[in-house]
Amino acid sequence: MPIIPKKHEMPTQAPEVRARNFDEVALGYTAEIAVEEAQRCLNCKNRPCVSGCPVNVNIPDFIAQIAKGDFEGAYQTIQQTSSLPAVCGRVCPQETQCESKCTLGVKFEPVGIGRLERFVADWHNANITEVPQKPESNGHRVAIVGSGPSGLTCAGDLAKKGYEVTVYEALHTAGGVLVYGIPEFRLPKTIVAKEVDSLKALGVTFETNVIIGKTLTIDELFEMGYEAVFVGSGAGLPNFMNIPGESFKGVYSANEFLTRSNLMKAYRDDSDTPIMKGGYVAVVGGGNVAMDAARTALRLGAEQVYIVYRRSLEELPARREEVEHAEEEGIEFELLCAPTEILGFNNPEDPRDPRNGFVTGMRCVRMELGEPDAGGRRRPVEIPGSEFELHVDTVVMAIGTSPNPLIKSTTEGLEVNRKGGIIVNEDGLTSREGVYAGGDAVTGAATVISAMGAGKTAAAAIDKAIMGK
Amino acid sequence: MYKIVRKKSLNPTVTQMEIEAPLVAAKAKPGQFIILRVDEDGERIPLTVAGVNPEDGTVKIIFQIVGATTEKLNHKEQGEFIQDFAGPLGKATETEGIRKVCIVGGGVGCAIAMPVAQEFHRLGAEVTSIIGFRSKDLLILEEEFSECSDRLVVMTDDGSYGRHGNVTVPLKEMLDAGETFDMIITIGPLIMMKFVTLAAKPYGVPVTVSMNPIMIDGTGMCGGCRITLVKEDGTRETKFACVDGPDFNGYEIDFDEAMSRGRMYTGFERRAHEATCNLFGKA
Repeated sequence: MPIIPKKHEMPTQAPEVRARNFDEVALGYTAEIAVEEAQRCLNCKNRPCVSGCPVNVNIPDFIAQIAKGDFEGAYQTIQQTSSLPAVCGRVCPQETQCESKCTLGVKFEPVGIGRLERFVADWHNANITEVPQKPESNGHRVAIVGSGPSGLTCAGDLAKKGYEVTVYEALHTAGGVLVYGIPEFRLPKTIVAKEVDSLKALGVTFETNVIIGKTLTIDELFEMGYEAVFVGSGAGLPNFMNIPGESFKGVYSANEFLTRSNLMKAYRDDSDTPIMKGGYVAVVGGGNVAMDAARTALRLGAEQVYIVYRRSLEELPARREEVEHAEEEGIEFELLCAPTEILGFNNPEDPRDPRNGFVTGMRCVRMELGEPDAGGRRRPVEIPGSEFELHVDTVVMAIGTSPNPLIKSTTEGLEVNRKGGIIVNEDGLTSREGVYAGGDAVTGAATVISAMGAGKTAAAAIDKAIMGK
Repeated sequence: MYKIVRKKSLNPTVTQMEIEAPLVAAKAKPGQFIILRVDEDGERIPLTVAGVNPEDGTVKIIFQIVGATTEKLNHKEQGEFIQDFAGPLGKATETEGIRKVCIVGGGVGCAIAMPVAQEFHRLGAEVTSIIGFRSKDLLILEEEFSECSDRLVVMTDDGSYGRHGNVTVPLKEMLDAGETFDMIITIGPLIMMKFVTLAAKPYGVPVTVSMNPIMIDGTGMCGGCRITLVKEDGTRETKFACVDGPDFNGYEIDFDEAMSRGRMYTGFERRAHEATCNLFGKA
């Protein structure tokens, strides 16, 4: 059979349609496409893709099962190592992980591993109603702080081994960044809820509205009888640029803007949650979060949305696919451009003018790339005299987050680095006995899958430590 | 779900509820707040803790009916449940080293000021309380304040009860008469807190204000509650009221900015409030 050089295309909603709705952009492979795509796999001996996956999913095996039409078998294969296949199939940056290692990819496009994973998970969710059996309890209790990707993975792995696991979540819904951060059109919330439900079926308990560090401390968790604690509390605090005007009405952190829309459902007409929508919107930053915020603003009804990023297209840290989707939908990219001030309305005649204090624009300066910095990236340098004003009503700052200090400040002996990230060893163990950590709380803002990898590593280490007692 | 154990109307627009939330009740200190959601898909709103009863695991909240969410909350009856109740959040009011304190509360802010006054009283400090309301109908918690205050002054804007005028009048009189306080703690509308701060400034008495900005998560994640502190040398510093506050040094707060930010969704709230009222009207 001749090799098909390209991946089978992912069916998607047409850009002009999806730009105005919150339904999922990618529609997923059909069974026929999935089988054909699976047949592109060369089944090479050295299986480099597996090492490209932070949780080492047995990729060639599940692809071979799809090729044979054994979709549930493929699901079971993935399930052995990954707790969240429907999530990973959607949000993992496969192009820099498993797919970047694919042997087929040396000469052609790699196998669409992510699209196949998503197909398998969706097929399972649509066709299999049996829930997993709760394993027999081993009598040991573990507490997990935070229900994002690292916490859910750690919880799932331990529950499968028979641990009694409780996940504490500060917000009212489990899922962490998967529910407050990543928008519906990229990751439908019903999918996250399903993954949480399957963990519940494994016996995991979820306690929402409990803020560890406030409602309960880590020390109290040990007093309550937990033998180990995994901290996956995420990267909480949003960064701002510290330029003038960031307190004007209409300036949001990406966290706030996305949380209002995703978690608080401001995108729905029947929501009680207010959000600034419509008009002209600038999103500052170039990562996946910036793309999510820009595309959310567009769907909320913006006339024009700009991505403002100080480097060039090549340096954009967002996934290529997300950038392409954003471009197709009509997001305008103001590249090599940096904000210097946010401008607000002020009527000097009337201090009670209701328009006072609302954003009217953003002053920016053009940049060019200069010498590489210590990290090897070319440093953006201002072009003198290139200042200009962008007319916008809303500005969303998507320039990263810093770890939340709530746990550190109430846990004696828990060491953090200069940036506030919790310090761990290769097993995810912190400076406190029995306390493990992983995900953005350790690394600062990173990816869903790397957080899952950290949750997995910690689960194995917790199991080893408790069983070795 | 969290049970409303007791409900009481304090005046036509202010309601007190005691909510069963044992974990919060075990921890909450005066000055801290909680975040609640009335129902599924409801808004998250912050409310300051007005008291706790660790024995029966209840937390007291007092709220003014100002928007769709507080309207919905007020329609919940004793014995019914609210969806979410999380806390305690924020830092507790600093009490250390304060032997003589003046508590200045305005309107529904008195609900937050009351447990702070009670705490100082419990710690043996000398407590002066000045509480102000628009009129007699809106007066709340007078008895509670008189129990925990060595001296209580009640003010109404229209003179229908207590003394006529706003809360800065008796405060200035006391300071003019040479009285000193280790701390003035003021809780109420931003405009009132601004003027209390201005009134105290010439006398050099430290002022603590309790900020209540718009927020979502209450754990530092959204940054919506950010406020600007203006330091003595003029440098500006951004703080998050939810984790760095809610109490701040009154002399450093940029009140005008905080007032402007507080009005961000005024139009939206009015529409939502009207929609909710119509909804209840039809039901």
